[in-house]
Amino acid sequence: MSQAAAVPLPKPGARRAAQRGRGKPPRFDVRRLPGFATMAWVCVIGLYAPIVVLVIYSFNDNPSVTIWTGFSWRWYASAFGNEQIRDAALLSLRVAVTAAIVATAFATMAALATTRVPSFRGLTAIYAIINQPLMVPEIVTGIATVVFFALIKQLTGIYGLGYLITAHIVFCIPFAYLPIRARLEDMDRAYEIAAADLYATPWRAFRYVTLPLLVPGILGGAMLAFLVSLDDVVITVLVSGPGEETLPLYVIGQVKRGVTPELNAMATLFLAASTLFATLFFLLTRKRAG
Amino acid sequence: MTTETAAAPPPAPAALSAAEAAAQAVERRAGVRRWLLAAPAVTVIGVCGLMPLLIVLAYSWAKPADYAGVVWRFQPDAWVNLLFQQDIFSDALTPNYAYYSIYLRSVEMAFLTTTLALIVGFPTAYFIATRSPRNRNVWLFLITIPFWSNLLIRIYAIMMIIRDDGYLNHALISLGFIDQPVPIIYTNYAVAYGLIYAYLPLMVMPLYASIEKLDFRLVEAGYDLYASRLKVLWHVIVPLVKPGIVAGCTLVFIPAIGDYIIAQMLGGGNRMMLGNLIAQQFSTARNWPQGSALALGLMSVVMLALMFYAARMQRSRAQ
Amino acid sequence: MKPTITAAMVGIGIAFAGSSALADGELHIYNWGDYTSPDVIKKFEQAYNVKVTLDSYDSNDQMIAKIKAGGSGYDIVVPSSYVIPSMVKDGLLAQTEPDQMENFKNMRPEFVHVYWDDGRHYTVPWQWGTTGISVNTDLYKGEADSWALLFNPPEELKGKINVVPEMGDVMNAVSFYLGLPLCSDKKEDLKKINDTLVAAKPSWRTLDYGTLEKLTGKDVAVSMNWNGYSMRARMQLPSIKYVYPKEGIASWMDNVAVVKDAPNMDNAKKFQNFIMDPQNAAGLSSFARYDNGIAGSQQYMPDDMKSAPEIVPPAGFKANFVPGCPQEVADIYSKIWNNLLK
Repeated sequence: MSQAAAVPLPKPGARRAAQRGRGKPPRFDVRRLPGFATMAWVCVIGLYAPIVVLVIYSFNDNPSVTIWTGFSWRWYASAFGNEQIRDAALLSLRVAVTAAIVATAFATMAALATTRVPSFRGLTAIYAIINQPLMVPEIVTGIATVVFFALIKQLTGIYGLGYLITAHIVFCIPFAYLPIRARLEDMDRAYEIAAADLYATPWRAFRYVTLPLLVPGILGGAMLAFLVSLDDVVITVLVSGPGEETLPLYVIGQVKRGVTPELNAMATLFLAASTLFATLFFLLTRKRAG
Repeated sequence: MTTETAAAPPPAPAALSAAEAAAQAVERRAGVRRWLLAAPAVTVIGVCGLMPLLIVLAYSWAKPADYAGVVWRFQPDAWVNLLFQQDIFSDALTPNYAYYSIYLRSVEMAFLTTTLALIVGFPTAYFIATRSPRNRNVWLFLITIPFWSNLLIRIYAIMMIIRDDGYLNHALISLGFIDQPVPIIYTNYAVAYGLIYAYLPLMVMPLYASIEKLDFRLVEAGYDLYASRLKVLWHVIVPLVKPGIVAGCTLVFIPAIGDYIIAQMLGGGNRMMLGNLIAQQFSTARNWPQGSALALGLMSVVMLALMFYAARMQRSRAQ
Repeated sequence: MKPTITAAMVGIGIAFAGSSALADGELHIYNWGDYTSPDVIKKFEQAYNVKVTLDSYDSNDQMIAKIKAGGSGYDIVVPSSYVIPSMVKDGLLAQTEPDQMENFKNMRPEFVHVYWDDGRHYTVPWQWGTTGISVNTDLYKGEADSWALLFNPPEELKGKINVVPEMGDVMNAVSFYLGLPLCSDKKEDLKKINDTLVAAKPSWRTLDYGTLEKLTGKDVAVSMNWNGYSMRARMQLPSIKYVYPKEGIASWMDNVAVVKDAPNMDNAKKFQNFIMDPQNAAGLSSFARYDNGIAGSQQYMPDDMKSAPEIVPPAGFKANFVPGCPQEVADIYSKIWNNLLK
């Protein structure tokens, strides 16, 4: 213990400074925390395990999903030929794309109206209304919406896919709103002030400065809205009319009946398609950010 | 824009100076424009989201009809049943232990899910946020891809893995670790795993967004002051990313407590949570008013919690 | 913003357009899941040039909820016998007078004057069967002849049982097991029912309608089940045996009814008539594996059904179409049921 006093203590930060000076990578990375890398890997493995299993068994020759008998493409052939799957997929896409586009448009406008503005009367009310679909259990929204739409159908006599899409738009809006709002709050007003200083009208400042900066947020919101609509089960089960079978509805029906690897094949095909889509999306956003 | 200089003489009490009137006019136009911008979203949700809720509120005070729907006669039973029930055979009012156990189970499950999601999600988000920008995107990409495939199919994949006749048990048996299949599916753990699996991105994304903006010089300062890793984590990093943590926890807790499909698929209909209870009122229990009351009760509790939290945030920001 | 708005407009336009039928109209059927023969549907589509959509539900309650809400858009629903009286009372079904349709002469006489539709003014038989127990004899080798399998199971079966959460079926089964009269309103009887159910529930693994999947997936060894569904399970897994419990077993009949505000009333009536044809009825049976209510269909049914234990009941069996209970009893049943299902 007494010897320690004789050894001069290093200056705070000296070790790192010395290493930086020498151009070597720091031996002590302030950013690294023990076990965090492991946890991240565990997370990824846990996420992918079910998917990997799903994909592998889609090639199973045996109709039973658990007993492996051999490699085969037959389920892919049958999935391709399955009209019900095709119809369900097309319907899901139709609903999700429409709902995402409309919801994002509305959400963008709402975000512009409610962010970075001095508090005005009704701001909290608007914020509460927009986020309300997130707070109600889906089963309740579903039942209430069915009853409400039934009333409208009886009064107006109009039927159609529009009801399902409207129901989707309602719960997609808050999901699109949150990322756009977050992005808007983060934006540096310096650019817009600079535009104003350069005599840009508010509309031009918006069109050429704010909007391009906002695009990653808008794209993020649209993507989230799209995914949420594609995955929705409870509200869709209740609100969908005859013949309106979306993909999740089809899956639920199959799961109850007894599953063959055809479902695995279908899932793998969709995964491949969405991976492709996600890749494109990421490449696009990377270019914009860069 | 430029602000008015303060050196103007005080205006006469009744008249405003021209500049101030103009400023007020601009402000009013801006206000109107804001309302117009928000109008589409507010209208859609107001009409198709709030109106149905009013219907649900009306239902909760009505009398259940024989099979479905309600009879429009006033009956507050549904609300009373949230806390008390009439004993089936004695007509006495007793605390509704059946419902209490479901409330408790739902809250426990939601807490468990949120905590585990935080424990898994925080390191993951932190790890990704601290990679080099190029690697960061690859990691984000990796984490996001599973969520691009349908949730139901992924839950079904989980079922295939954990059921008695499933891949996991087959593997364990053929490797000789166990003799009989281990019942994993239809337990609380299965439901928890399913919930975490479904809602993990809602935890990771806000956390990642917060951690990415973290100024690591503050962290460095902590280490410079000879703080241990744990101390730095707890006293420096966590407070700085608190908004992200809170956002993530909220986004996971709320859907988890009202969940229905996952609890049914992985719980087997035997482990009722609030979501299942509410859904059941609208089908096999044939008691729409009860389902409505339960749902509104759940909603109110969630909203109260959120408002309480928002008020505290306001106060701490004001300080 | 402009391209987004245009896209949105186009999207909304496409959305509201809906699918236009090139056929002579459509027919929207709402039936139990996995219960409709695709071949029969195709035959109907070709015979009348009608486009048919088929959606499915799990339980009578789910179907009634949607129909009662109104504006469901469905033409045909298939309710069970015991819910039809209240559906008629609530004005949910259309009085299509099947007894005046062309194929009515094919109906088996014992099914014309039934308590839920005396004289057949609203409905036509779809399939009928019994609710008993399916046992996987590979996993359980003991005595299988009693409702005790569900309500007082032997040790080895605990945790391996599925019960279908259909209140009516379960209440009837318990009443049979305890030897009580069905729909009894005596307090001691109800208390016995309540206590038996509460004591039995911890032994049940799941409460689910998907019995086929649970049995063939080996999640459970024993399940309350319907005879036709049990036969289909046996076709996938030969060790599944259907049990007619000795204490008593209830029969039910699912019937095709037309919704009051059906958008395609004519096609719906044609469908009702269509399935009273013996060949079509046999087609339905060969898919779902239940008996139907049409005379003359026996000769068209698949051979394995003619001698299957699920279809041909043991000697001394009499079909007991159990009606729903009066409202006061049903209310108490609901309370017991809710208490049980927590």
